[in-house]
Amino acid sequence: MPSNITRPDQQHYVAPVEETPLVAIDTVKAEGKPSNLWTDAWNDVRKRPMFWISSALIVLVVVIALFPGLFTQVPPNNDCQLANSNGGPTDGHPLGFTKQGCDIYSRIIHGTSTSLSVGIIVTVLVFVLGIVFGAFAGFYGGWLDSVLSRLGDIFFSIPYILAAVVIMSVFSQYANVWVISLAIGIFAWPATARVLRAEILRVKNSDFVMASTALGVSQFRILVRHVLPNSIAPVIVITTISLASAIVAEATLSFLGVGLPSSTMSWGNDISAAQTDLRTAPQVLILPSIALSITVLSFIMLGEVIRDALDPKARAQR
Amino acid sequence: MTEIVNGANVQQQTSVDVGERPLLEIKDLQVGFSTQDGLVKAVDGVNITLYRGQSLAIVGESGSGKSTTAHAIINLLPGTGHVSGGQILLDGQDLTKASPREMEAIRGRKIGFVPQDPMSNLNPVWSIGFQVEEAIKANGIATGRKEVKKRAIEVLKQAGLQDADRRLKQFPHQFSGGMRQRVLIGMGLAADPQLLIADEPTSALDVTVQRVILDHLESLTRELGTTLLFITHDLGLAAERAEQLVVMYKGRVVESGPSVQILKDPQHPYTQRLVAAAPSLASRRIQATGSISAAESSMADNASDAAGDTIDLIATAEARAELVEAAASAPPAIIVEDLTKVFKIRGSGDFTAVDGVSFQIPKGTTMALVGESGSGKSTVAKMLLKLEDVTSGKIVVGGKDLASVTGKELFNLRSRMQPVFQDPYGSLNPLRNIGNTIAEPLHTHKVGTKATRRARVLELLDQVSLPRTLVSRYPNELSGGQRQRIAIARALALKPEIVVLDEAVSALDVLVQAQILRLLADLQAELGLTYLFITHDLAVVRVIADHVCVMQRGRIVEKATTDEVFDNPQEQYTRDLLAAIPGAGIELGA
Repeated sequence: MPSNITRPDQQHYVAPVEETPLVAIDTVKAEGKPSNLWTDAWNDVRKRPMFWISSALIVLVVVIALFPGLFTQVPPNNDCQLANSNGGPTDGHPLGFTKQGCDIYSRIIHGTSTSLSVGIIVTVLVFVLGIVFGAFAGFYGGWLDSVLSRLGDIFFSIPYILAAVVIMSVFSQYANVWVISLAIGIFAWPATARVLRAEILRVKNSDFVMASTALGVSQFRILVRHVLPNSIAPVIVITTISLASAIVAEATLSFLGVGLPSSTMSWGNDISAAQTDLRTAPQVLILPSIALSITVLSFIMLGEVIRDALDPKARAQR
Repeated sequence: MTEIVNGANVQQQTSVDVGERPLLEIKDLQVGFSTQDGLVKAVDGVNITLYRGQSLAIVGESGSGKSTTAHAIINLLPGTGHVSGGQILLDGQDLTKASPREMEAIRGRKIGFVPQDPMSNLNPVWSIGFQVEEAIKANGIATGRKEVKKRAIEVLKQAGLQDADRRLKQFPHQFSGGMRQRVLIGMGLAADPQLLIADEPTSALDVTVQRVILDHLESLTRELGTTLLFITHDLGLAAERAEQLVVMYKGRVVESGPSVQILKDPQHPYTQRLVAAAPSLASRRIQATGSISAAESSMADNASDAAGDTIDLIATAEARAELVEAAASAPPAIIVEDLTKVFKIRGSGDFTAVDGVSFQIPKGTTMALVGESGSGKSTVAKMLLKLEDVTSGKIVVGGKDLASVTGKELFNLRSRMQPVFQDPYGSLNPLRNIGNTIAEPLHTHKVGTKATRRARVLELLDQVSLPRTLVSRYPNELSGGQRQRIAIARALALKPEIVVLDEAVSALDVLVQAQILRLLADLQAELGLTYLFITHDLAVVRVIADHVCVMQRGRIVEKATTDEVFDNPQEQYTRDLLAAIPGAGIELGA
């Protein structure tokens, strides 16, 4: 029982009602445009210079890949003269020449589509395989989860670059953009699948999933309608970054000589061909490397920005 | 003995002839959080005076600034929060001007702190002993390994843990929530501080555990002469445990003074709202006056502000009482017979979550299934909804045995029985707008055309008293109470006969909870719904339910009408639960 000791300054105090007006309980405050995770993320992203810089670079790279003719009239392969071997910039050839006397600028421009194609094909492959394996394993669980997860573990245990080296050396005579993409993608998906599976496991225990089950909504529909859209955010982030790693992987394979045939124009091939003269003519190696770095960096930056927008908790306090 | 000092600011009367300096004096405290939209004030001009050996409770809803005030005292404001004005005087020393080093010396030694969530406030990778000893060493209470260990054992013993020396080696996961909170209370009191701040110390615990812990805390602070500052959202609990009350609303103190006086005679309209909406007080008042209508007439002069009618729980109970008399002899909508659920746990055999449970719910009435965590009440709900398989026993809904129902028939049955879950933040898909969420049942069961479905969605929004403009909005723009209304609208879309409410109001603030309870009562009257109301809070049951089943460890220990359970409980466990409703010792006055 509370005792009733009351000191003079602890008398019953009541704030004037005019100063502390009552507000209606639980009023609905819905002003402005409707917002959800995606619109919020968009509003966040478009305020960031990093987003616009990386997007502009990516758009530029895509345009170069689609229409190389807009950027250079010099043919990259024909018209090479050994007299110009490792030559410096001249009129009409702003970046100089390769060992074979081909125009470096033109080769970089024309090599863009190869790198980008590999990046995109690998990403689509990883995205689709990752979603199928991750979503089914996480959502249905049980034996299906065991089978799919172990399968993923097997692929995961082999470094994808090593696997791609092996595949490409076996199938070297068939090497083209599609084969190299397949070789990279087939071993790169387990990481995506794992992230999605974990996310699905979290979301599928939500009450809204239970509410839909109680309504009689079919399991597959629940997966597609409710669970997947709420689990996809981290996958989109990894996908953006995996596009960058795929471009690097193609360059690595080509550099190692197990990538695309030397007749195919690619940054990796050019870097590989330039290594013999690294000491005498470093620019021949460095220039395509810079193109590669800028492209890769743009995608990684975009991925970072998207991650920050989709997961505000991961953002450093600003 | 005391008179109301209208409009008088507490600090104006500092020349006290008692000749005693208050231990804690908060003068015109302002706390702000810097955000992108500038400074947001969380606490705005709070005055609190607390004398040695007294106990004071700050009461308010979430967002009222009660926890922020407490954190400002020990200078542990989260994130961008900072004191932007006013003074906090501890024994004459202004804490707002103390250096971080001085503050470190004050925390623990002069001011002890018991945090809210016992589950996350102990580090799971260190033993209990290590953590208690760390607190002792940090406060310089004892030096030398033996001394520290001895003191640690003392602290745990004091906190009411048996065989403390063995317990020292154990880890937090081996402790129950109540035991962890005892450890935290022990750590808070380890250095024998003058002031102990307890921030909702028992909100995460079961009611019976809450009572034991608070009793212990009370006797301990009395023994040690510790001054207690207690933060809670439960007015009944505050009044029972503290001599002085401070009621906060939107960062300001709206009323303060002796607990009993405030409770008996609340002056500020906000305090009146709180008193009307607190389930513990409502159930006590119904009990004290003998009947709902007598309780209502005793309250009539108090709860008369604009929102009074929708939040006054006793009025809600009375509105329901009239309706239910008619339905008392109705045929059962649900029959549960000898229901059992056994979970297979890897490594440790079977666990019987639900053990031979039987009950019937007459059509149009509310059956409350009451129990503490782990009693199996939610498992019963899930089996009823066919979200969980039945191990043995029978559930009959609308004359059909659930076990034999499959495929199309089950699909149809689902439309007659809908759930509302506890967590308002988890029960709506954040990526679907409100319109689509409410329309999902109609869509799934192919009811009507696109136009009629839309009309039905709007009608449902009206029914749960939400504006129609919400159809194109997303859940993240809504408060917990509003989300819960949407969940109710979704549950009602197919015009079910039965609604299973699984702790549907437990996560809400008292005023919002009172509103939702009223809404549920009105909907029941309007649509003739049958409710299975699952809750841990017996006080709410008094207001909303006609029949009560008390569950303990998977079994129903008592089954009767609400009046019988409250007036004449047969089982010790039921009596414990009833005694745990805060406000027992308070004369509310008939």
